[in-house]
Amino acid sequence: MTELAVREAYRDRLLELMLGDPRLICVDTDTGLFAGSDFQTASSRYIDLGIAEHTAMCVSAGLAASGYMPFVNTMAAFASTRAVEAVKINIALNQLPVRIMATHGGVSAGNLGPTHYALEDLAIMRALTSMTVVVPADANAAVSVVEQSVAMDGPLYVRMGRKPTPSLPGDPGPATIGRIQPLRHGAEVVIVCCGPHPVLSSLAAADELGAEGIQASVLNAHTLKPFDEATLLARAESARLVVAVEEHREFGGLGGAVAEILAEHLPRRLLRIALPDVFQPVSGSPDHILERHGLDPVGIAAKIRKALETNLSPRSSS
Amino acid sequence: MTVQPVTRPDLSDLREMADRIRQHIVDMCAGPEGGHFGGSMSISDILAVLYGSVLRIDPDAPQGPDRDVLLLSKGHGALALYSALAERGFITIEELETYGRPGSRLMGHPLPIVPGVEMPTGSLGHGLALGLGFALAGRLAGSSRRAFVITGDGELQEGSCWETASCAAALGTDNLIAIVDRNYLQLTGPTEEIAPLEPLADRWRAFGWSVRQVDGHDVGELREALSSAPWQPGRPSVVVARTEKGHGVPFIAGQAASHYVKMSERMHAKTQAALDAFVEEQAP
Repeated sequence: MTELAVREAYRDRLLELMLGDPRLICVDTDTGLFAGSDFQTASSRYIDLGIAEHTAMCVSAGLAASGYMPFVNTMAAFASTRAVEAVKINIALNQLPVRIMATHGGVSAGNLGPTHYALEDLAIMRALTSMTVVVPADANAAVSVVEQSVAMDGPLYVRMGRKPTPSLPGDPGPATIGRIQPLRHGAEVVIVCCGPHPVLSSLAAADELGAEGIQASVLNAHTLKPFDEATLLARAESARLVVAVEEHREFGGLGGAVAEILAEHLPRRLLRIALPDVFQPVSGSPDHILERHGLDPVGIAAKIRKALETNLSPRSSS
Repeated sequence: MTVQPVTRPDLSDLREMADRIRQHIVDMCAGPEGGHFGGSMSISDILAVLYGSVLRIDPDAPQGPDRDVLLLSKGHGALALYSALAERGFITIEELETYGRPGSRLMGHPLPIVPGVEMPTGSLGHGLALGLGFALAGRLAGSSRRAFVITGDGELQEGSCWETASCAAALGTDNLIAIVDRNYLQLTGPTEEIAPLEPLADRWRAFGWSVRQVDGHDVGELREALSSAPWQPGRPSVVVARTEKGHGVPFIAGQAASHYVKMSERMHAKTQAALDAFVEEQAP
């Protein structure tokens, strides 16, 4: 398994695409991601506005309304909270093709602390008109998402992490925007997950449960909006338990999306595994923080085991 | 696209256009919802000059790639904008009567569903940055586009305005031209009592902008300043236009209460008469 930062993989592919596509613009906010990047013939289309996220979103809207396709770069925390009004009114409401490339998603800022975490971004972005919301699980997926995005209409939010994370094992197949990527089969439990750590940890937890005779499938729901309802419902049909695993607060993100779909179409017991609604600042790496909250393989498997033991729905007696 | 040539109407034509814009505003404020009267009346001359002579735009091709762009950052001045768009042929004069009525596209703050409106504005502190985006797009495309942005003076209490002021100067965006509607009043009272903006021209200069101060009700001064911008290559420009809130209706003008007005039939007639007398008096 190779380790490559999702954001660096995205950056490298964007630079290549910019050389051949004069619509593409890189709008930066002093992120440092492009320090040392050579834009070559596209150098006039790299615009660093300084530390000015609100302005960056508005400028991107103005560029997009003039026929360009800006990739605007900032941290997920700033894109989804500090600058969100500009995203809502100027980008989402106008359905403009701005690509919001948000790094430091979830707790990937680690030791930098909660000011730099984004644990509400998926809920916020999902609620905005016309916004497509994608969380690539590894560098390959990020590259693929960037490639797909240049042919897409409307706005796009891409949540990436900070540091390198392992690639998904084996050949997970293409990460097609709008389609769930099934990674593992198993009828009893359906684990829906998104993002590097949750997907890898869900796969490991499913293996652990499998060794105990609990068969779990793992679905990489990298696109939270529009959500691939059909695949989720088809997989959940035979399941006793649906589990949503995400590096996000437990409200309004992946677990929220899955809950909405199941409640409307196919009532099933749902276990949401996410960051709890408490403020627990603690120093440490993303792995350490996720483990503390039971978002590591051991924690995920334990929560699923417990949920299966205490399944109160009528189905559990059969 | 065919960009219409800059017309050189007589100043009296621009004055008459401004008068008609004010008459439309007064009429719309007598509709079912009333409207943002004071801040619309204060920008009527500015809009008459822009739409009557400065902006290179084409009502038949409102999205033309080389068009000049106007953003009404103080979106609550929508009544003046709708009136100017109607006078310039983007919408019909008759459509102005739909303002505030169910199903109308003319809402309290402007939306791009109205031909000639570029962006939804009304939440203050966005227009300058939007204008910067349109200006940068023009520069990248090698076009002669200019982006004009009208901000309120109270609006400049929003920190985002100064964030953008800094960025625009750093990027040397000299096809960005801001116009401050300096009427010294915000919703509840004088700007200088609530959160002072002075020395306003010095503030802009300190941010690296080229500044001119004009009488915002003198179409000659406005036209000279706006049509000759940028005045310093490599710098964005700002016209600080001294205006009067509610200008044209002396018994309401200059009062914070003119901010939002819903006129009864009787009040409407009184206001129309006051405006007519004002126009008569101002005629050279």
